[in-house]
Parts: sequence; C-alpha cells; structure tokens
Amino acid sequence: MSGARDLPAAPVDKALPGHSDEDTRRRGPAGYLLMLPGGLWLALFFVVPTVTLVSTSLYDPSGSLALGYQMTGHWQNYTQSLSDYSPQIVRSFLYALMATAACVLLGFPLAYAIAFKAGRWKYVMLVAVIAPFFTSFLVRTLAWQYLLGDNEFLVSMLRKVHILGSDGYLLDTPFAVVTGLTYGFLPFMVLPLYASLEKIDPRLLEAGADLYASPLSVFRHVTLPLAMPGLVAGTLLTFIPASGDYINAELLGNPRTRMVGNEIQDLFGAGDYPTAAALSVTLMVAIVVLVLVYVRRAGTEELL
Amino acid sequence: MSGDLTLTSVTKSFGRFTAVDDLYLTIPEGSFFALLGPSGCGKTTTLRMVAGLEEPTAGTITLGEQDITRLKPYKRPVNTVFQSYALFPHLTIAQNVAFGRRRQGHKNVDSEVEKMLELVELQAMAKRRPAQLSGGQQQRVALARALINQPQVLLLDEPLGALDLKLRRQMQIELKRIQTEVGLTFVHVTHDQEEAMTMADTVAVMNGGRIEQLGAPEELYEAPATTFVANFLGQSNLVAGKVVGRDGSVIHLDVEGTAITAGSARARSDEGDVWVGVRPEKVYISEKDEERGDELNCLVGGVVSDVSFVGVSTQYLVRMPWGQELTVFEQNTGNRERFRPGDPVDLLWRPEHTFLLDASQDAAAGVDREGE
Amino acid sequence: MGRAGRWLGEHLLLFLGLLVLLYMFVPVFVVILMSFNDPASRNSYTFDGFTLHNWANICEPYQMCSSLALSLRIGFFATLGATLLGTLMAFAMARHRFRGRGAVSLFIFLPMATPEIVMGSSLLALFVSSGAAGILGFWTIFIAHVLFCLSFVVVTVKARLAGLDPRLEQAAMDLYANEWQTFWRVTFPLVFPGILAAALLSFSLSFDDFIITNLNAGQEVTFPMFVWGAAQRGIPPQINVIGTIMFVVALVIVASGELGSRRRAGKLGT
Repeated sequence: MSGARDLPAAPVDKALPGHSDEDTRRRGPAGYLLMLPGGLWLALFFVVPTVTLVSTSLYDPSGSLALGYQMTGHWQNYTQSLSDYSPQIVRSFLYALMATAACVLLGFPLAYAIAFKAGRWKYVMLVAVIAPFFTSFLVRTLAWQYLLGDNEFLVSMLRKVHILGSDGYLLDTPFAVVTGLTYGFLPFMVLPLYASLEKIDPRLLEAGADLYASPLSVFRHVTLPLAMPGLVAGTLLTFIPASGDYINAELLGNPRTRMVGNEIQDLFGAGDYPTAAALSVTLMVAIVVLVLVYVRRAGTEELL
Repeated sequence: MSGDLTLTSVTKSFGRFTAVDDLYLTIPEGSFFALLGPSGCGKTTTLRMVAGLEEPTAGTITLGEQDITRLKPYKRPVNTVFQSYALFPHLTIAQNVAFGRRRQGHKNVDSEVEKMLELVELQAMAKRRPAQLSGGQQQRVALARALINQPQVLLLDEPLGALDLKLRRQMQIELKRIQTEVGLTFVHVTHDQEEAMTMADTVAVMNGGRIEQLGAPEELYEAPATTFVANFLGQSNLVAGKVVGRDGSVIHLDVEGTAITAGSARARSDEGDVWVGVRPEKVYISEKDEERGDELNCLVGGVVSDVSFVGVSTQYLVRMPWGQELTVFEQNTGNRERFRPGDPVDLLWRPEHTFLLDASQDAAAGVDREGE
Repeated sequence: MGRAGRWLGEHLLLFLGLLVLLYMFVPVFVVILMSFNDPASRNSYTFDGFTLHNWANICEPYQMCSSLALSLRIGFFATLGATLLGTLMAFAMARHRFRGRGAVSLFIFLPMATPEIVMGSSLLALFVSSGAAGILGFWTIFIAHVLFCLSFVVVTVKARLAGLDPRLEQAAMDLYANEWQTFWRVTFPLVFPGILAAALLSFSLSFDDFIITNLNAGQEVTFPMFVWGAAQRGIPPQINVIGTIMFVVALVIVASGELGSRRRAGKLGT
C-alpha cells in the first residue's frame, strides 16, 4: 500500500496563531450543555463522596451503622489507623513498586516489539495484549493460584533444578502476590508505552544509530526520552491500582502479605466505617503525594 | 457582469491580528484568478471567507447580485479544493465525488460521477478508498468532488503544494485545461509565483493583508508597482538613483554618478530619489570597455564575484564600485566563454527595461520567501 | 557471530515480546483447560480428568447464572450510560470553548488515578451517610460503574476526535451538507470506532469489577462476587466455562468490529 502516508505533508499556513482553534472550537452554551450530564455525575458521585469520606473519617468510631455516627472531629482515627496499619501501608507500596518495576521490564520489550518489529502482525499482537483482559480478572487470578500450586508443574520444575528447596513453595508467598499484581496490570503498562513508541519515527532511531553508533546509547538518548510520556502514564496506571488492590493478596498470599486494601475492606465489613474511611483517606493522600513527587521528577507535569 | 465575485472593504481580524485588511477585489466571471503571496499574507483567509468557512469582521462579499457575506458554506454556489484535499477517508472515491450532489438532493448521480471521474482520468479507482491513492490521484479526486457541483466559483487552496515538482507541472497544465473546458471562475491561492504566473489570467499579489498589485502576469513581472512585487515575483536588481530631468517620455537619472535613462511607462515615481530596477535576465554582461551602442544604459567598473552554472543559464553576481552586488542571468547559448570570478565587467541594458519605484520602500521587501 | 548474530539481534526483541505475550496467555490456557476439568472433589483445583459436563451444565452451580445475568445487565446499562455521558463530554471538550477546562480535565483524570478501594469506600460513605444504606443494590452498582467507566470513555473518544482533521467537516459543509448532515455523514462515522472501543472497554471494566462493586452491592451478587465467594468454598469448574466464553466472545467482537467498521464505512454516504 503506497497510501497518502508516504507523501510529504502539505505545507500548512502557520502564520495565524491559534487559527485552527478559532474555527473548530465553538463558543456558546452548547459546550456547557454537553458537559452537564457527565459533569453532574462526576460531581455527585466522585467529588461529593470524597468529601463524605473525609468527614466519615472524623466520626466518633464508637457509633454504629444502625445507630448512626457522631461528627466529633475525631482525628485520632488517623493516628490509630496509622499506628495499627502502617506495616500494611508500607507493604502495599512496596508490592506495588515491585509489580510496577516488573511491568516495565516485561512491558517495554513487548511494546517495543509491537511498535517496531511486528510488521503486519501489529494489530494481531495488540489484540493479543488486550484479549486476556476479557477473561474475568478473578478467574485469571484463580488460574495463577493453580499455576503456582504446590504440586503443579512450575513448583516441581523449580524443585528439580534446586531453585526451590525440596519442600519449597510459591503459593501464599510475597512472590506470588507480586506475580499476580504484575500480571493483572501489565496491559495498563503495555498500551500507553506502545502509544508513545508508535509515534516515534523509525528514521529517528536510524539517525540516532548514525550519530551515537551504540544501540544502548540510542535507546538511552533517543528512544527512552521519546517514550517518557507513555512510561509515566503506564507506571501511574499500574502503581495506583496495584497499591489499592487486595484480590491478589487474598487469593495468592498469606496473612503476612496482607495489603492496606485487605484491611479497608475488612474494616468496612466489620462496620467500623470511621477507621476504614481514615485508612482510605490516608492511602489516597499518600498516593497523591507520591504521584506528585514522581511526576515532578520525571519532568512530565503536563500529563496531569 | 452577472457572475462576478466582488469583495468590498473586507476585513478579518483574529484577536489583535488583522489577517485581511480592508480588501477590495473584483474577480470577473470565467477568469482564472490567482491570489499570490507568502504564508500569512491573508490569501487563505480571503479564500475561506469566500467559501463561508470564516466570517468577515467587516465588509461584504457578493456573487453576481447576491450578498453571500453571511451565508452558510452549504448555501453558497462555491466549492473548495482543500490544501490537503480533505477527502472523506471512510467513503470510496465514487462516494466522495457524489457527496455534494447527494446533499443537494439529486438522486441519480451515478452517470455524473462517472463522467467526472472520466474528466480526471480516474474511472478505474471509483471503488477504492482515498488512502489507496497517490497524492496526485487524491488531488484529482478533490477536484472532481468540487467540480461535479458546477459551482459558480471554484476555490483552490494551494492544491498542488503536496505534490512533487514534476507532478505539479503536469497538474498545472491539467488544471488550466479543465478550467478552459468548463469555463468556471477559478480562484487559486498559492505561494508559488511560477505556478500563479503559468496558470492565471490575473494575479493579485498579497502582502500583510493587502493587495500590493493586481494584473496580468506579464504586466506584474515587467512593471512591478512595489519593491515587494519586484522581489517576490522573480528577482530584481534595485539600485538607488535620483531623477535629474525629463524629456517627453524619457526620464533622466543619476545612478552613482552614471547617467542612465528610463521610459515613463514603467515609472511609478518620477521625481527625487527612486529605486532603479532591472530584471537580471535583461542585463547584458560585457567585457570591460567592450564597444557598445550609445542608446544602452551602462554601469561600468563591475567585478564578477560569483558564478553559478544552472544548466539553461549562468547566474553571475557582480560587485559594483559602490559595493552593491547585482545579479545577471545569461542564457547558455555557448556563443562565448563564461566569465570567471575576478573578471572586470560592465553591465548594459535597454532603457525601456528599467522600472522606477518609490524610494521610501524597503528594497529587500519580499526577498526572503519560503518554499523556493 | 556474523549473520547468525545479526539475525538474533534483529529478532531478539520480537522473541522477547512474544515470550511476554505467552506469559499473558498462560492463565487463559489454564482457564480453558479447567473448563473441561472433571474435579475429583469439590475443593480440588487440579486437572483430574476430561469432561464436557461443565459445558453442558453451565448453570449447575447455585446462583452462578443469576450472578452472571446481573453482571451482564449492569454491564449493559453501565456501558450505555457511560458511553453516552462520556461521548457528550468528549465532544464538549474537543469542539467547544468553555470556562474551567483545566479543572474539568483534572476531574476527568482523577477517577482513573484513584485506587478502586478508595473510590468504592467514598461511594459507600456517601450512600450510608445519606441514609441510603438500605437501597444498596442494582442502582448503587450502576452509579459506581458508570462513574469509573466515564473517564475512560472521555479519554478514548476525545483522542479519536483530536485525530479528526477539522477540514473534513469543513469540506462536508462546503459540499452542501448542513450541520446535521455533516455530523451524521462525516463526524459520527469517523468517530464511531472510538465510541465503539470506549463501549467495549466500559463493558469489560464493568463486567470485571470486584472491589468497588463488593462495597456497594448490598445483597446483590455479581459474577466476580460469586467467583470470590466460590474461591473461599471450592471453585466450580463452570466458572472457567464462563471465563472461556467471555474470552472467545471478546475475540469475535474485536475481529468483527474491525471487519464491520470497514463494511459500514462502505455503506454510508451512498
């Protein structure tokens, strides 16, 4: 196919600043009207609940769901939950970080291969990245439970080659939890990375090879900086949900691998809404701080 | 005439930027009219106002008797061939061409479409999609898609800009042929002066939202009205001079101490300081003190500073005693040897080839043009 | 080295990528395999023998098919709601000028950057504190699902709209199509693949969600909640039948979506 893509782009009259903006973006009330339903939904069910969550976190925990809570500005909920659950909070971020790192290591070669090496199999490979998604997340996590099971192929193999001891196991370990997290969020890393890499003109890589010679420095000085937006988006889309997840910790871990999500869920289950809310707010604040620091360091503020 | 396109005092501002400034223009029915200028001169904005894609800030646009200034684009008997063609990627070529006819409520358009595709020699491509066509083919589809509606005015927005040189020449001839055949008014926007001169009956040179000069291509070229036109349309040598007297239609000048003459027909200014202009191909480069006729203008004491061989001609840069470098084009007839850098030479030209411009203008206006 | 080394260098990355893809598919293979499992006991999750029983008796496990029906129903309505609201918002953002667009972009981004557990607990806090704990059920799940799908729809459709050359719409207007015809003949067909992708994404997000749903479902049980419960009690192999069916259906939709968009494009405008 020698389509129009191969032809040089038509010269564009670029002397009118904001010119194309001027005639494609209309003024007037229509924009607000289109925005209204979705905006209301976000305001009512995202902004308002966040406020409610914060205020719930300050209720007196001695109340109950049936009797109602007293708003007492009970900030001790925070000190209490921090002192009770700081190991789980730290663990959550640690596991999420490890899973994110693993996702980068696995996702980058895959995204790169799809973008530059797949040729006409590009579309098929992209579908293949998304396809496993459609088999329910929980069902796939259960499949990992099976794959990592004590008497299954993987463990017996590892025992045979003495990577694991003769009574070594994988299921119910931190390794299993991180594996599950990595697996679950890998597509969120691959897709934004691919989107960034795909925009790179392969001629740039050739020019890089021409100027820097070594493939490694081409990667460092050309590919990586250009892939940065995708990498940042991918790490955020992986790290954030992973740090709040509890499905993997529950199905693939043990009581010592519990993450903060497990605790929040259990506290809600037990009816201790104020403490659960306080823990939730703590998690949210911690994530916001981490993300802001990260994005600033990565130098890609415009993403937010 | 009934179908003239007339712009009266049209102004268009984007915020504080004035793209088109108090423009008056009449384009006669059936003419091939070119709006020529560098990017940002307001030519595309003018075109878009005629198409109805932009509303003038002030002024009126009429087509024949009808005021179309504020008419929606789909209510005007005007069609556009867009810069990047803007073919609908989800429709086949035939569907693209039929689009306008169908929107106007015509039912049986198949034979019309076929005839149009025949005109642009693309019958075989009817079932393909735009992405499967080459740039030149896409351009022809865009043309057919507009022409099928038999508009009173066809607007062409840099229609050949995306094509390579060879294809562009071919399409220029093709467009000209079609225009003669269908006899519609064509308004062609371009920054390519050669393209404008080859195709159009009338060329308007635009700069900074205003029209600098309007006329037949030869007229603009031989008798430019401003330094901008002199430099943007081809190349010019502009030398500072002073009018010292007048003798009927002959104007006597002093240029750096040398007396020369010019005809009043090409004089835009005939007193005081002027720019004395002459086109490089009109200048004859001669050996120092070579014998010559008295009727010629002559500037002596030049030294060749650069020689570039460009095939059909040789381009010389000659440094004059007062430091200015003048350009001379000479046909490669092979009748004599080329000069070399350092050779002492004189420059000669016929007085009637001299044009005079108002000295208050910038002699370098329009020199640095893009896309050349 | 030499030619072999060069070949390896050229194909190493492709090979690595395929290996990662394989890793992504391993659990899917397990799910497909297990859908034919004939477990020796209720709690056994090892492959004990081949049977077609699970496929012939999909709805055998108590509550499984009712939970599946609920998930499909919620998925359908949440997709409809989120796609509609999100598409309108995407058009507003791409095509209209209004105040506070920075704030709006932030509020569209934030839900995607909120961990599910936090979003779920905020919604629960809202429902409970407004005294609506009693109504937890279908509608609260619907509200939550539309909420977390909405941002993804906006982002997907907006990207598609941003890639649309405004000259195409101008060309349509120039060719005698009024605003309405321009929208339906040109804008919509060209944006449609984006809307379809957004709807597919919404459905899969909704169908798959457990954490937010679990907090706001009241007495209702969705399919992921059923799986979760089963994981504690013993997993019926029919779960894997459902997983396999979802996988196959998704593949068919993606493949036919691609073919369909080509054919549909061929019919429009004639």
